This record gives sequence, structure tokens and C-alpha cells, in this order.
Amino acid sequence: MLFAIKNKVIPVLAVLSAIGFLWYGFTIFLNSPWQIQNYEKSSIEWSYFDLAKDTMAHERPILPAPHQILSEIWQTTVKKKITSKRSLIFHSWVTLSSTLMGFFMGTAMGITLAIFIVENKAMDKSLMPWIITSQTIPILAIAPMIIVVLNAVGLSGLLPKAMISAYLSFFPITVGMVKGLRSPDPILIDLMRTYSTSRLKLFFALRLPSSVSFLFTSMKVAIAISLVGAIVGELPTGAVAGLGARLLTGSYYGQTIQIWSALISAATLAAMLVISVNIISQVTFRLMGIQKP
Amino acid sequence: MNMQGILKYNLALLSFICFFSIFFESNSPYIVYSALLFAIISLSRLSSLISRKIRILDDFKLDLIVSLVAALLIIRELSDTFGLTLWLLSICAWLLSWLAVEKLMKEESKSYPFIYSFGIPVLFGFWLLFFWEIVTVGLDIPTVILPPPSMIGIKFISSLDILFADFQQTFMKSVLAGYFIGCSSAFIFAVLIDKNDFLRRGLLPVGNFISALPIVGIAPIMVMWFGFDWHSKAAVVVVMTFFPMLVNTLSGLNSSSLIERDLLNTYAASYWQNLFKLRLPAAMPFIFNALKINSTLALIGAIVAEFFGTPIVGIGFRISTEVGRMNLDMVWAEIAVAAIAGSASYGVLSLIERLVTFWHPSYRLKNN
Repeated sequence: MLFAIKNKVIPVLAVLSAIGFLWYGFTIFLNSPWQIQNYEKSSIEWSYFDLAKDTMAHERPILPAPHQILSEIWQTTVKKKITSKRSLIFHSWVTLSSTLMGFFMGTAMGITLAIFIVENKAMDKSLMPWIITSQTIPILAIAPMIIVVLNAVGLSGLLPKAMISAYLSFFPITVGMVKGLRSPDPILIDLMRTYSTSRLKLFFALRLPSSVSFLFTSMKVAIAISLVGAIVGELPTGAVAGLGARLLTGSYYGQTIQIWSALISAATLAAMLVISVNIISQVTFRLMGIQKP
Repeated sequence: MNMQGILKYNLALLSFICFFSIFFESNSPYIVYSALLFAIISLSRLSSLISRKIRILDDFKLDLIVSLVAALLIIRELSDTFGLTLWLLSICAWLLSWLAVEKLMKEESKSYPFIYSFGIPVLFGFWLLFFWEIVTVGLDIPTVILPPPSMIGIKFISSLDILFADFQQTFMKSVLAGYFIGCSSAFIFAVLIDKNDFLRRGLLPVGNFISALPIVGIAPIMVMWFGFDWHSKAAVVVVMTFFPMLVNTLSGLNSSSLIERDLLNTYAASYWQNLFKLRLPAAMPFIFNALKINSTLALIGAIVAEFFGTPIVGIGFRISTEVGRMNLDMVWAEIAVAAIAGSASYGVLSLIERLVTFWHPSYRLKNN
């Protein structure tokens, strides 16, 4: 335990506090030209201490100080009702629901594709290159268009955003699952053959269990990427709800603090999602009796 | 029953129905002939007596040629009054093509190495485009929702100059500049940090976390800071590519095994010799992994950043304005440009990777 703290926690904390220091430095540096101009305009005597203090109190700073962002988050989460349109929790919930829906769709699709690829060689040869190509299409970049088009067809609300997330998240799942389903040792497969197991039995008794650890590793990547998809998917919907909408309205009105608070809550959301996948994987490993990989 | 058997029976059933539907619909003679041909081929294959006598029925080339000719005929007959016969025929042609691929899989892969590794994916792409075309035209889907590939192709060719200007703005300026600055600075930073164990331990988890974040979100901030031209897009790309590269290089530099490092220590190798002779080469697979991830990330970053403000040129700008004007064919042409650029850079990177990391087991195994 002590070893873990010394080797992991302390370095991470050191790096984080270094980032914090740098951030404050940049806040003063980037906001000071405007502030100095302001002082000269109203001919106020100023010291460097005043400058540092005032650069962190702008309403629309170029770079807000961390404590400004934190107080904005505090204002819009704890002090607002959850149902309010200004509550970040409301917006995070909107984003979270489409993220999760897209993630489950993507996972289901990814696993199905992987099974086809592993079980059929023709599928492997013809699908695999196209799956890789599918990710070189900058889907995030055309996500707004897809949303607009799907809205025109009558699909609105969660589903279009979830489809973007699903498109992004199926890829890591497919690649990971193909690797996982092929991971059993040839010796084990041969053993199963000597028992003359059917292909179905071989799949459920050997291939599937050995792919579980691969699946969870790719799920961690997939859930983070599907959050990105959901946020970008919210950009064009007229900025109604969601963290992406907060970003867009923030950029329209130059509300930098609002942009940064949306970004920080997106980061928190990503961290929570990845951690919860991690917890689920630990529990699953324990239930299946797998040694921690 | 194996896949070939399933395909053969389905094919026979469908082409049988297709054969009868000829009599209930008026079709052009080409379609009638090809439906007849399909019925003959797939039914005769069911009887082992006939297929044993006529060896050519077992050859995958026959299936391939017949299915492709049928596909071309169907496209020629394409109109929005698309009858049952043509639908059945399309599915039959596709199944026949699949059967050809299944047969090819059974053959020695070395006898047709080119078709094996290159032709099969292309064939799949062909059928994808084919069904896209016949579904959009046959079901009369409005072009505002999904234009057929032929229309996109025509638009692509007729507006090459605009596409090239956009490509130049987005890819040659924003993406390339940002990609090089982001990747190289992350690389140098990683090599410097790697000397210090404490920093490395701290930065690795933090960097891993940051690269999972929706960094595209900083696009509006960068546009505010660096203005509307390509510099702001390059800045987004720099930030997006930095952390994956940093994390991968750091873990790559530590991927060499203890025994190899010990060997170099017994040679009294200096830090730099250690770095250039052992640790950098060992890190190459990781670095190329990051370079490949970054090649798509960079394109996404540049295009998304253009939604937040741009001069009147660029892939992202064109996409957002043409969507507003409902010119979906132009949008798809831009997507095609982006996809080609993305796939080409991925391909080039994989090629360089193969040259640089020729020693890696994953490549050596394939050559055997």
C-alpha cells in the first residue's frame, strides 16, 4: 500500500499540481495585456500584485483561472435545480444518456462483427480492411451533417447522437474482440477437438471466456470515444441541451468560463465512465475466477 | 453444413423464385437472360452428378465473372420502377460473388496472392457501392437524405478544383503543420522526460487520462486565440495529437526487456548509445501506433475546428455550408476527399512502419 502511494499517487499529484501552477501562470500572462490596457485607460496606479489579482477576476477572460472554473461549476451544479436549463447536471445527463446508448449499440455491433470475422474466413478477408477504412473517415467531422439529415428523416432526440457514438465505439470493440476470440492457445483448441466439441461449444466454452479481458480493455477505450461522439453530435442540434450545446453557446457569446466548465465536466464524466467500466471488469474477473491480467 | 453449402442452397432457392418472377413482370431481355443463366448455374450445382461432370462449375472464376456481369447489367437497367426480379437478381448476384470468395478461401492462398489479399476487399467495396446505388435509386430515396454513389462520383469529378482548394487548406496547411508540430514535440518531450523516473510515473497516468478526453472541445477556444485562418486549426491538431504520442512513446521507450538493457550495460554503453541502439528501435511499434491513431485524429480536429469559424475555404467549411444548402452530393464528395486522405496517410504510415520495424514478430510471421 505504502509502495503504491510512493510510486503512483505522489508523482501523479506532483504532475497535477505542476499543471495547476502552469495554468495560473498562463492565466496571468494571457489576460494581462488587456488588463494593463484597462489600467492605462482609466489611469489607475497598479502593482504586479493587483495585476495578478485582477487577471483572475475577468468576466470573459482569454484563459480563466482554475478557481473561476470551479466556482462556475459549483454555481451551476449544486446551487441550481437539476431540472433547470442552466444546471450542468442536466446537460451532463443528456450527454451521458446518449453516450451510454451509443456505447451499448456499438458494443453489440462490435461483438457481432468480431464473431463473424473469427468464424468465417471470407468475412475476415473482406470486412477487416473496410473496418479500418471506416475509421479513417472523419465521422466526427461529418457528425453534424448526419444529425441534420437524420432529423430531416424524422429521427431526432437521442438516437442520432447515439448512432455517432456507436459508429466510433464499435471499432475498438471489434478489433479487441477479434484479438480476444483468437487468443486461446492452439493447444487448447486442439484439446477441444479431441473431445470432438462442436463449433458452438468451442465458442462458448473456450473462445468467449478467453476474450473477456480483451473485451474490457477495448470497452474502456470505446466508452471514452463514445462520449466524444455524443458531445460533437450535440453541436448542430441548435444547441438545445447537452455538454456540446454548452460549448457551442459558450463560443457564440464568448463565455470562456462556460466553455471551460463544460470541458471540465466532460472530463469528469469521462473519468467516471472509464472508472465504472474498470470496476465492472474487476467484479467480472473475480466472478469468473480470472487472475488479474 | 458449411458456409458453401448454405450459400448454394439459398442461391438455388432465390434464383428459382427469380426465374418465375420473370413471367409476371416485363423486363429487358438482358435481365431475362441473366435470370435464366443464374437459375441454370445454381440449380445444376445442386446435383453432384452434373457438377462432377462439368469441372468449370467448381471454379470460382466462373461465379465471379457471372456475378459481376449481372451487377453491371442491373446498374444499366436501374430506374425508380425497380421490380421484384431485379431485387432478387441483385441478391443472387451478391450471393454468387460470396460463394466465389468462399471457394477462393478453400484454395491455396499462394496460387492467387494478389486476388487473395487485395481483390477480396475491393470486391466487398464494389458490392457495398452496388447496394448503395440500387437501394437509393430503386427505393427512390430523396437525394437530400442519401445521394447515390454515381451522383457523388459525378459531382466529385466536376468540382475537382474546389475540392483541391479545400484539401490544400485543410490537409496541407492545418493537418500537416499541426501533425508534425504535435507529434515531434511530444516525441522530444517524451525522450526528455524519460530520463526522470519520477516525472514519467506522474505523467503516464495523467497523459493516458487526457488522451481519453474530448479534446475536440477546445476547438472554439483555439479559434478565439489564434484567429480564423489555419493556425487555429493547426493548434487544435497539435493539442489532439500531443498526448497519444507522449503516452505511447513513453511506454515504448520502456518496452525493451531487462535482459537487453543488461547486455548493453555490460558493453558499458552510454545513455545515447542505449537510446539509439536499443530503446528507440524498441519503441518504434508504439510510436507508429500513435502516429496512425493521430493521422485520423488530426483530420477530425482540423475539420471540426473549421465549424467554429474559418475563411471561406476548407473541408469543414464546405461541409457545413453545403449541408445548409442541401447539396448533399457535394458534402459526400468532401467526405470522400477526407476518407481518401485519411486512408492514404494510414497506408503510407503502415508502409513506413513495415520498413522500420521489419524485425517485429508480427511482420516476420506473415512472411513465413
